[in-house]
Amino acid sequence: MLRLALKMLFGDTAKFLMLVAGLVFATFLMAQQSAVFCGLMSWTTATLKNVPAPIWVVEARVEQVNETNPLLDTDVARVRSVDSVAWAAPIYSGILRVRLENGNFKIIQLIGIDATSFAGAPVRLKEGRIEDLRLPHAVIIDDLAVKRLASQRGGRVKVGDVFEINDQEARIVGIADTVQSFTGGPYVWTTYERALQYAPAQRKMLSAVIAAPRPGVSVAGCAEDIRRETKLAAFLNQGFQFGADQDFNTSTVWWYVRNTGIPFSFGITVAIGFIVGIAISCQTFYSFVLEHMKHLGALKAMGASTWTLCLMLLTQAFTVGLIGYGIGLFFTARFAFPALENEQPPFYMPEIVPPAVLGVILFICGISALLGIWRVARLEPAMVFRG
Amino acid sequence: MPETAPILAARLRNVNKSFGDGGSRLQVLKGVDLDVRCGDITMLVGPSGCGKTTLLSIIAGTLGCDEGSGEVTVFGQDLLGMSRGRTTKFRAQHIGFIFQSFNLIPTLSCVENVSVPLLIQGRPTRHAERRAREVLEQVGLGDRMKHRPGQLSGGQQQRVAIARALVHEPRLIICDEPTAALDAKNGTLVMDLFETVARSPDRAVLIVTHDNRIFPHANRIASMDDGQIVEMHDIDAGHPLPEHLRHGFHA
Repeated sequence: MLRLALKMLFGDTAKFLMLVAGLVFATFLMAQQSAVFCGLMSWTTATLKNVPAPIWVVEARVEQVNETNPLLDTDVARVRSVDSVAWAAPIYSGILRVRLENGNFKIIQLIGIDATSFAGAPVRLKEGRIEDLRLPHAVIIDDLAVKRLASQRGGRVKVGDVFEINDQEARIVGIADTVQSFTGGPYVWTTYERALQYAPAQRKMLSAVIAAPRPGVSVAGCAEDIRRETKLAAFLNQGFQFGADQDFNTSTVWWYVRNTGIPFSFGITVAIGFIVGIAISCQTFYSFVLEHMKHLGALKAMGASTWTLCLMLLTQAFTVGLIGYGIGLFFTARFAFPALENEQPPFYMPEIVPPAVLGVILFICGISALLGIWRVARLEPAMVFRG
Repeated sequence: MPETAPILAARLRNVNKSFGDGGSRLQVLKGVDLDVRCGDITMLVGPSGCGKTTLLSIIAGTLGCDEGSGEVTVFGQDLLGMSRGRTTKFRAQHIGFIFQSFNLIPTLSCVENVSVPLLIQGRPTRHAERRAREVLEQVGLGDRMKHRPGQLSGGQQQRVAIARALVHEPRLIICDEPTAALDAKNGTLVMDLFETVARSPDRAVLIVTHDNRIFPHANRIASMDDGQIVEMHDIDAGHPLPEHLRHGFHA
């Protein structure tokens, strides 16, 4: 009977295609917009991924990594003095303007790291050596800067090229593979001391202190020690997790969720996907059931139980749901590949998104089937004799 | 030698059926008594609105009677005492249906349409389709197995519907205006086929019809009016079709 149910579904080509199209649209909108939202949120914590360290120490009132209150230089020593800390290093992080060879200006995210330990250096270098950062005027740029800092459109800068940061020379000695920043500016690494020369002078210049615990001490325990002994905020850097309030990634993401319209905007789009999906699916499936009411009535008269008919409707609804979901996810992937390659627009699909979208699609299909089941359950088999 | 009493396919006694409540209550059947005998083609005839289809639905087990109504037994089983689920199973097992508008599923082939009653019984698809092909051969549609209903004429569609009603070898075949949508030629073809295929000593055929062209195919004709059976005619060599039935009924 289920095979016949599928034949009934596929045989009504117009309604079948309409149902699939509605669910493809809903799947694509929900999966793609969720992934773009997650991608955008991952950009907000790009500095934490590009400057890896188990612990970030910042001024006590700081909530997110892109908005830090400067610390005193002596705070590095205070953090180092905590017993459970293995090492601590200064970090400068700020948005500066660079002048290109052709006179154009671009924004960059300048990162100054400790020249001795190179703590906070990029995780992966595509070209050059990290030690070259000790050379005069040396900077390491990321792969976005390769295109962004080129003088001509479509051009690329390379190791050895020179540009100016705040009227001072910067020579490229390496290219790093990084996560793109939320501000859109490429990452540029230099030593902490040189970063202070590039950046406009302020009374306090230290953005943060990065630190690591001694062997045998947990990261959380070490951060707790730092908080207690320095009265500064010490965050873990382990990636976003629901409920992990002591993690800087989590704290940063929640700050953006609370203080910007980004989640609302994306939430509305995802909700539209859901509403359009449920509207098209319910309306089309219900009209499909109404159109087949006399056949379903005939089957009921011939001895098909209400349960069998319900199972047929559920099979039809969930089959169309799975097909729509598959095609929708295929389109999302088609969108994702160029986005990931060009790093525009942001795209990051956590593992939970596909099963969550599948759950929503099956929920939509379940609701659609329920409307039909409601009609079929009330269907009197005797109606087939009434013409 | 004494004559053996024919087996009763259906026995109805004092059957009442009303629709609506209070002031809008309408009594459609008023104390109907009826015997449907195996080996016979029994026709229920009468003007529109006289209660034929309601009576047919009650015998088919698709409609209940009024509370406290008399007795409805089909092949000795008390339909009124059965649960809904058992009635459904009983229908699937023992009753074949032929509807006025065929009610073939347009997206299925003839074989698939005919195999539906067996699939409802839970038979494997392969067995159901093999049996469906056999019956389609019997009704002369061996060359139309893969066709869909929309590709067939009205007469051919009704033959598919007959094949569907016979495929699971039911003992009672219930037909609702089987020739209403057919022209005279196709109507006669269908009734001839019906007589050949459907009539056997342990099988009964009950037809509701307005179509006086097919009355000569009946063994018994029950005339209804205003919710009651007003006349019962046994048609055979000794009792030809009464004159007033030759002219049919009008609403």
